[in-house]
Amino acid sequence: MTSLLEIRDLHVHFRTRDGVVRAVEGARLSVERGRTLGIVGESGSGKSVTALTVMGLTRFPNATITGSIDFDGTDLVTLPDNQMRSVRGQRIAMIFQDPLSSLHPLYKVGWQIVEAIQAHEDVSKGDARARAIEALHEVGIPSPEKRIDSYPHELSGGMRQRVMIAMALVLKPDVLIADEPTTALDVTVQAQILDLIRRLKDEYQTAIVMITHDLGVIAEIADEVAVMYAGRVMERTSRETLFTKPELPYTWGLMRSIPRLDAPRPGRLDSISGMPPSLINLPTGCPFHPRCPYVMDVCLKTEPELLESERDHLVACHLQPADRRRIGRELQTQYRS
Amino acid sequence: MESRNTELVNNAPRPTGPGSVISRLFRSPWALSRGLANSSMFRYVVRRVLWGVAMLVIVSMLTFIIFYLLPSADPAQLRAGKGATPARIAEINHSLGLDKPFYEQYGIYMKKLVLHFDLGYSYHNEVSVKTEIFSRLPVTFSVAIGAFVLWILLGIPVGVISAIKRRSLLDRFTMGASLAAISAPVYWLGLIALFLFSSDIGLIPLFGGSGSYVSFSQDPGGWVNSLILPWFVLAAAFAAFYARMVRGNLIEVMSEDYIRTARAKGLSERRVIFRHGLRAALTPVVTMAGLDLGALFGGAVLTETVFNIPGVGRFAYQSIIDSDLPSIQGTVLFGAFFIISANLIVDILYAFLDPRVRY
Repeated sequence: MTSLLEIRDLHVHFRTRDGVVRAVEGARLSVERGRTLGIVGESGSGKSVTALTVMGLTRFPNATITGSIDFDGTDLVTLPDNQMRSVRGQRIAMIFQDPLSSLHPLYKVGWQIVEAIQAHEDVSKGDARARAIEALHEVGIPSPEKRIDSYPHELSGGMRQRVMIAMALVLKPDVLIADEPTTALDVTVQAQILDLIRRLKDEYQTAIVMITHDLGVIAEIADEVAVMYAGRVMERTSRETLFTKPELPYTWGLMRSIPRLDAPRPGRLDSISGMPPSLINLPTGCPFHPRCPYVMDVCLKTEPELLESERDHLVACHLQPADRRRIGRELQTQYRS
Repeated sequence: MESRNTELVNNAPRPTGPGSVISRLFRSPWALSRGLANSSMFRYVVRRVLWGVAMLVIVSMLTFIIFYLLPSADPAQLRAGKGATPARIAEINHSLGLDKPFYEQYGIYMKKLVLHFDLGYSYHNEVSVKTEIFSRLPVTFSVAIGAFVLWILLGIPVGVISAIKRRSLLDRFTMGASLAAISAPVYWLGLIALFLFSSDIGLIPLFGGSGSYVSFSQDPGGWVNSLILPWFVLAAAFAAFYARMVRGNLIEVMSEDYIRTARAKGLSERRVIFRHGLRAALTPVVTMAGLDLGALFGGAVLTETVFNIPGVGRFAYQSIIDSDLPSIQGTVLFGAFFIISANLIVDILYAFLDPRVRY
């Protein structure tokens, strides 16, 4: 199947007073209809900026955007603003981390959904309202004909995120970008929201881009996974492969830092030493080398390319593929036992 | 100020609120009266009105005490003129009731005020203070409302444009100019305006000068002509302040998450700014505008004095010069009344502007 959304060699730089922030450096990503791409990484790894760039929401005067974002045959990087606006919301929709601050506090939720419909379709207010009620029903909000006249602050966190999803999906977009949609929610509500997104994806064959720092969310919902670090995609593969045969030292670090219930508790939870790099003054060579336990001379000099290690498994690392697989396997067994 | 008696409540089920009071208006009168008595809004308003009355009593008391504690000219002496005999002064003191202890004087004053809404008579010329103030209120309203309209029409658009074109030449220029306007004292700006544009002494005689006020009913054209300079002078600092406030609020609001959502929905930038940004940025401005207008209804003392406009402000100034306690007391009470009322109105209005505010 050909990709619905394909990002090639995307660079997003922002000029600031302190220097140029290289937020995204050569990202390569793709997602197909009815599939879910998970993007995982720390804060500042460029995952949100990548998503916002797809939406055309990083077109600030101080931004330089190069590369291509091919969406259904159109390059979104070069698409004029007015055409981008009709893609935004209608064909690619986005939901955000904190649903309370992401909904306008002074307008009723129904009004906000109706506005989204009327921004793209020439329909009457009454029809739009009927569709908004249907959308609220669809995302599992009880008595939607009453809730449509609620203000955001009158709803619970989970209900607010459902409203955001209803607003994003009411126009049946081809792609839904979810930027940490469960981070601000209780654990039980998180599971419900992920279930909802999965159900809607299957129903409408929407392509989902799920941005998260939580490997648990990835394990729950992603088909493909991209691990981002310092604005780069460092490892890309299926969810299966990522959890069974990870080949990137950074990914190993992420996995070791998850607490587990099915293994004896270690004295202290492992964490990746050091801090994420400054995007203004990146280290030379591999951006992860200052924190990498397997660092070699070559890592300080040249940046590793994202290369195919096995079929459908791309890795950017100077370690020999055989060594990577061996270490990955050892860590997995150690981690399982 | 607006948040003092209000609170933000999240996740709360909505009891009866201001919205429901309005919806009740459309039902039967019987339901309305029952609903009003039960509504938290109604109880809130009653409580606030009672507090307002208490506040007025305290204000009147303080004015009395300050007048007696602080050294001021002896009203009887002023009244009697130069070279008056002590017997004459004692006589005046007696006829004005000034020979009684001040708490007794206060008691008499309050009794007359409460029972007959009688604000007493001027020590200076025995004119009824109430009549005096009521005859001057339309003048003060003319000054205040005209300036208010001007500063809103100037301040808000300038603020919005500066916020949208942030760091542009236009933004820098208007913000620099507004700083100058805020810093310029009204009496200085007023004199400059008179010196430049007044029809009598101005370099470019365009508008009516000092003391040219005529009432609207007498001569509408003359009314406007006489008030143009005071309006602009009074509005200058307010317009500048509002422009800066609108600019600051709008810039802050435009970085909110819900603005990102509005853009992500594919709305036009114009709609994002005006329906989403400005709607949130103007809510605190409405509060501020109400309070400022209320305060001005009590008299624009400096403007009225500089331009010699016969309003409540200049009357207050003159009463202080004359040590005329009943007139001072009357103008202070009227000023306090307008400020307290404006506070209450603004707080009620806020519940309609921001659904998160509950009483």
